[in-house]
Amino acid sequence: MGWLVRTGHLFLFFAVLGNGGVTLLSYILRRLLSAIPTLFVIITIAFFLIRLAPGGPFDLERPLEAKVMENLNRIYKLDRPLIEQFWLYLSSVLHGDFGPSFYLRDFSVAELFARGLPVSMTLGGLALSLAVLVGGTLGAIAALRQNSGIDYLVTGLGALGLTIPNFVVAPVFQIVFGLALAWLPIAGWNNGSPPNLVLPVLVLALPQIAVVSRMTRAAMIENLRSNHIRTLRSLGLPSLTIIKHALRGAALPVVSYLGPAAAALLTGSVVVETIFGLPGVGRYFVEGALNRDYTLVMGTVVVVAVFVLIFNLVVDILYAIIDPRIRYD
Amino acid sequence: MAEPVLAVRNLHVRFRTGDGILHAVKGIDIDVNAGETVAIVGESGSGKSQTMMSVMGLLASNGWAEGSVKYRGDELVGLSPDKLNRYRGSKLTMIFQEPMTSLDPLYKIGDQLALPLTTHGGLSKAKARERAIELLELVRIPDPARRIDSYPHEMSGGQRQRVMIAMALANSPDVLIADEPTTALDVTVQAKILELLADLQKRLGMSIVFITHDLGIVRRFADRTYVMKRGEVVESGKTADIFATPKHPYTQMLIDAEPTGRKEPAPANAPMVLEAKDVQVVFGLKKGFLGKTGHVLRAVDGVSLSVRAGETVGVVGESGSGKSTLGRAILRLQTASGMVRFEDRNLMPLDRAGMRPLRRHLQLVFQDPFGSLSPRMTSGEIVTEGLLVHEPSISRKERDRRAAQAFEEVRLDPAWRNRFPHEFSGGQRQRIAIARAMILHPKLVVLDEPTSALDRSVQKEIVELLRDLQKAHGLAYVFISHDLAVVRALSDEIMVMKSGKVVERGTAEQIFERPKEDYTRDLIAAAFLTQRDNAEAKGQSLAS
Repeated sequence: MGWLVRTGHLFLFFAVLGNGGVTLLSYILRRLLSAIPTLFVIITIAFFLIRLAPGGPFDLERPLEAKVMENLNRIYKLDRPLIEQFWLYLSSVLHGDFGPSFYLRDFSVAELFARGLPVSMTLGGLALSLAVLVGGTLGAIAALRQNSGIDYLVTGLGALGLTIPNFVVAPVFQIVFGLALAWLPIAGWNNGSPPNLVLPVLVLALPQIAVVSRMTRAAMIENLRSNHIRTLRSLGLPSLTIIKHALRGAALPVVSYLGPAAAALLTGSVVVETIFGLPGVGRYFVEGALNRDYTLVMGTVVVVAVFVLIFNLVVDILYAIIDPRIRYD
Repeated sequence: MAEPVLAVRNLHVRFRTGDGILHAVKGIDIDVNAGETVAIVGESGSGKSQTMMSVMGLLASNGWAEGSVKYRGDELVGLSPDKLNRYRGSKLTMIFQEPMTSLDPLYKIGDQLALPLTTHGGLSKAKARERAIELLELVRIPDPARRIDSYPHEMSGGQRQRVMIAMALANSPDVLIADEPTTALDVTVQAKILELLADLQKRLGMSIVFITHDLGIVRRFADRTYVMKRGEVVESGKTADIFATPKHPYTQMLIDAEPTGRKEPAPANAPMVLEAKDVQVVFGLKKGFLGKTGHVLRAVDGVSLSVRAGETVGVVGESGSGKSTLGRAILRLQTASGMVRFEDRNLMPLDRAGMRPLRRHLQLVFQDPFGSLSPRMTSGEIVTEGLLVHEPSISRKERDRRAAQAFEEVRLDPAWRNRFPHEFSGGQRQRIAIARAMILHPKLVVLDEPTSALDRSVQKEIVELLRDLQKAHGLAYVFISHDLAVVRALSDEIMVMKSGKVVERGTAEQIFERPKEDYTRDLIAAAFLTQRDNAEAKGQSLAS
């Protein structure tokens, strides 16, 4: 019922937008439809690729007894022909069932993601917001004060943020802020209490701040030199108006970077989650692959693919909202 | 005499560049009196735009101005942007050369028009919108109440320039600076914009500073004229006096710079080089979901032409008339239907490989001397590249000799053939482009606006070069241009194109002296040919 009401609201929202809203809605529907074949191709490729890797989910260092192995394979239907397994997997995914995890045996893949995804999304979402706010502001200030001390500082810090890997930054932060100053907890999730979030979010955000500030700076500089900004200057408009216009123009390249970046950030980071001991989904990429946990690998692939598709759509919609020259077709 | 509205005294503009300090404006004085139109003329690099950019505080960040610019006694040079904003947009306004990019593509024109109104005029948003509609009406945008919600990309270049003018006039300025406001527009659009400016000046009583390289415009619209050369004012005075008795040789050269002379007709028995019949080029504009073809554009609609050796066919028309597409179609560089015959061969059935051996006879020279030469090759390599395809057997040494020869032919120093394109001026680059075509000894050259990006004095030299080359080698030219003066100086026969069709054709004399169609008459009237005016003036003085 609630679902229906919400869809109703959405419809109302588009109706209010008028004709443009209807085009937008049909555009979104078309894009969602076209995502289905894309997802199918991704699932197919991933399914057969992971099977190509040598070994299986139950190959341990000390081999299991042949009888046990046979039983396990039968229970998990790994003894069927590959094409049949693929078919079985597809039909269960269509019913929303991602199957049991082969390695973390008491959990289904859906349960693992239901627990881990909120953690990863919280961290990623906060890091992304921080990156846009701080990176965007720094980049804009640097562009407005091009070739000044502030500009060199921002560009320099940007280079640092990009070059120092997070597995170096994270322990340094832990030592400085967790041990030496003892301001913040070193690690742990603690039900997402804010002090626990600060360090991992910072570590996640730093390279993104660097990228966003560099992109904003470059796009702003180009925009500030453009003819239409010269027009605003010739009309004697205050700098705030000029900055507003330049920022909107500069937003386009940044937005197109942020789409894929958001998909990557929200689906977790192995390094940060491991170092800070956080129960996110980032580690499933690695653990699933190393343990030949077929269903878990497939689950991560589907989740990441969905995120990428959604954020690409969001980017395209934002693009069209920012730039009227782009139409939905 | 009343005090001038705008007084420029000993103004210097300098730029810090990689090669040291560039002294762009060298101590000039300019006065603009209330209600008058002042023209600043000069060729590219004369400093005419930078003078007015420094008045408006719009110099690039590596440039600075020294000296004095006084608006009704208030000093403007050295003011901070904030202080300058008390004058810019309300007392002094400016419109620019690039109407396509001077408006913000992301905002509706109504919102952009409202900015100077709410900022300087203190109007509320609703009042500003009302006033914006009035302004659009003032600059004669049809249906302003609807168009106010358009985005810039939904308007043509001429309409965008009208919107720019409306923005500049929003607060009834004292001085409107117009920096080549019509250079990027078609001649008939140019004529309408100029007429609008003249009319608005009469009604609103502001002064106009007109920066231009086009003496035809100066002559018609300016009360007084300043001639600039290399950062200095070399001559100034009443426009009529300057045209009647130019004192400085540079002024004389500018006045004479319009391509003159006529082409000698080709011998009557000259062989036919290229014949095209009923050429059609159709573009389908894809529209809508599932690729329904909504609209078909007939870019070239049943055009025929024939050129004999030593003959030039001029193709004139405004942007979008299909003249360039026609040029590419007869060279088989564009899918087309109809018949194209080169000497005794029908070109239409030939595929790419079949065309290749004929390509050396059919050459093309483009408009943009900056974009059409590879920046990573020496000019010698560029000129000889065609030989690698068409005469692969000749040695490197022989190629080099041929390059030197081609350079001499287009009157460039052969020693320069190891230089890169960026080391040449626009006119020299166009000579390189011509040499690249000539080295293959073509029979037909399609010249697509080869002089349009060049200053008038340089144009004249290129026109003379083209005429000499034609005479020496018996070349057939198809000369595509919107510039009637150049076409007149080069063509035997002229075709006037509009919307893909030929509206009128005839000899150069027929078209210019006795045009039959209104459209042709409009084009000629809009071109403000100074030569024609001179001739008229002479005719009148003789008659009186």
